[in-house]
Amino acid sequence: MTALLAIEHLSIAFGGLQVLQDLSFTVPKGQATALIGPNGAGKTTVFNLVSGVYRPTGGRILLAGQDITALPSRRRIRHGIARSFQNVRLMDHLSVVENLLVGQHATTRGLRDLLVPFRLVPNHRWRREAIDALAEAGLAAYADAGVGALPYGIRKRIDLVRATLAGASLLMLDEPAAGLNPTETNALRDHLALLRRRGVTLLVVEHDMQFVGEVCEHVVVLDFGQKLAEGTLAQVQRDERVRAAYLGQAA
Amino acid sequence: MTGYQSGLLVILCFNVIAAYAVYLPMAAGQLNLGVAGFMATGAYAAAYLTNEAGWPMGAAIPAGGACAGLLALLVAVPILRSQGIYLALATFALGQVIAAIFLNLDVVGGAAGYPVSAYAGPGAVFAATAAILAAMLLLSRTRFALYLTAIKSDPVVTDLMGVNVRAVQVGALTLGAVVGGLGGGLYAHHFSFVEAQHFNVALSIFTVLYVLLGGVQTVWGPLVGAAFFTLLPEMLRAGGGWRYVLFALLIIGVMALRPQGLVTAGARWPARLRGRIPGRPSAETGLSTEVSGS
Ligand SMILES: Nc1ncnc2c1ncn2[C@@H]1O[C@H](COP(=O)(O)OP(=O)(O)O)[C@@H](O)[C@H]1O
Ligand SMILES: [Mg+2]
Repeated sequence: MTALLAIEHLSIAFGGLQVLQDLSFTVPKGQATALIGPNGAGKTTVFNLVSGVYRPTGGRILLAGQDITALPSRRRIRHGIARSFQNVRLMDHLSVVENLLVGQHATTRGLRDLLVPFRLVPNHRWRREAIDALAEAGLAAYADAGVGALPYGIRKRIDLVRATLAGASLLMLDEPAAGLNPTETNALRDHLALLRRRGVTLLVVEHDMQFVGEVCEHVVVLDFGQKLAEGTLAQVQRDERVRAAYLGQAA
Repeated sequence: MTGYQSGLLVILCFNVIAAYAVYLPMAAGQLNLGVAGFMATGAYAAAYLTNEAGWPMGAAIPAGGACAGLLALLVAVPILRSQGIYLALATFALGQVIAAIFLNLDVVGGAAGYPVSAYAGPGAVFAATAAILAAMLLLSRTRFALYLTAIKSDPVVTDLMGVNVRAVQVGALTLGAVVGGLGGGLYAHHFSFVEAQHFNVALSIFTVLYVLLGGVQTVWGPLVGAAFFTLLPEMLRAGGGWRYVLFALLIIGVMALRPQGLVTAGARWPARLRGRIPGRPSAETGLSTEVSGS
């Protein structure tokens, strides 16, 4: 079992607030790892550090053994890191398919791809690929809708589809099931299974423990920016400190 | 076509070209309040090449556009370090500085102005405007145009998608300056005279108004906005001295009814309605801790 992502002694503080402290864990290649913990534990902050939105005050981030701690955020998607957003960050001025076209950017090359008026070509390859990805998630009907008007659950899943379009090897999903109804959650589970079969490694922040149990074979528990426990869901659920910090609170 | 009509159309053409110069950076959310400076650069450079270097107009005017673009490229990196209102202020100052330099530059006539030895007739102005418009329409079908809107919507996410946000912004400002410079060069050759006083703050600000009124959501906005601003005051001539009051009221009315501009993207829902969709948290919650720098 090799690690695709390794977090080593990661720390970050905002002003006086130490949000992550000496955090280390690994994400095994080809598996789905859950990052769980109470609100404010620092889960989203981990995503922001791995995707490069924030710089850590200490520690290293390794992707397939390569140190990417100092790599500019923009470059990371071409190294195989993609993410979705807890609060859905679709571009409201663009349609669904336009959002996905932006998500494809990392697969394009050079000035020619930037400046070719491809939208004059009916059914251009880029558009087709975006719609195919939508169709896999059962969302093809929304291709030309403006994103602003769509229901939350649909927006949330489009945010995820956009993250899959760069062909990333590591997909980080921030509460992908939050706000979804049961039908949408089922569709999400199927979609993630499809991505798994393609060899995509998942790192998932999620509060729904049933979902975590079904999707993830490996669980890391975070509290106050530190790792409390690590193992299978059953293992961490038996952990006394985890029960005290997290599961007790949730019950 | 009467002389009055073709004169009006020529003015419309210059206003349309200027509007696209402002539109390109504005599509990415950057307010350029110094477009007159880039137009002046194109005007003087083209006029100089025609007069002193003996270049044919067809080469001198594009070269004027290139000079304005080069200037934009040089200043873009320091200027784009600032954001929002500070960026507007920086471009405003730049426009002023450029106009002041030409006003004091004796090789191009200084404050007395600079006669140009070649003439571009209305036909040439129409053709050049049509070509620029066609180029803008083509550009609007590219990824570049898509990324401009993406950056305006969410620069942080656009960056995470791998787009070089800074490079696209520099490109938009530069390309806009090229368009403005072409307009300036054309202007100089049409009126056979350049004076720095023409490229003043009012020109920059009015051009921004064309774009705001037309709307930045689609590539047609600047055209419609410039046409509205140029033609409507003429149509209101019957109103005599009151026509500017009438015109101002019309503008206020348009902005009240269509805050996104006259031309908006087709099937999109207005932002005001979005917040009312049930089951969706309000746009503000949690954004501040999710990612920084937006
Ligand atoms: N940019 C920031 N500035 C200040 N505090 C922040 C910032 N980002 C996150 N935090 C703080 O870090 C802590 C962890 O936040 P977050 O990672 O969003 O938690 P989680 O996703 O686990 O709920 C919270 O106390 C939050 O307020
Ligand atoms: Mg979070």
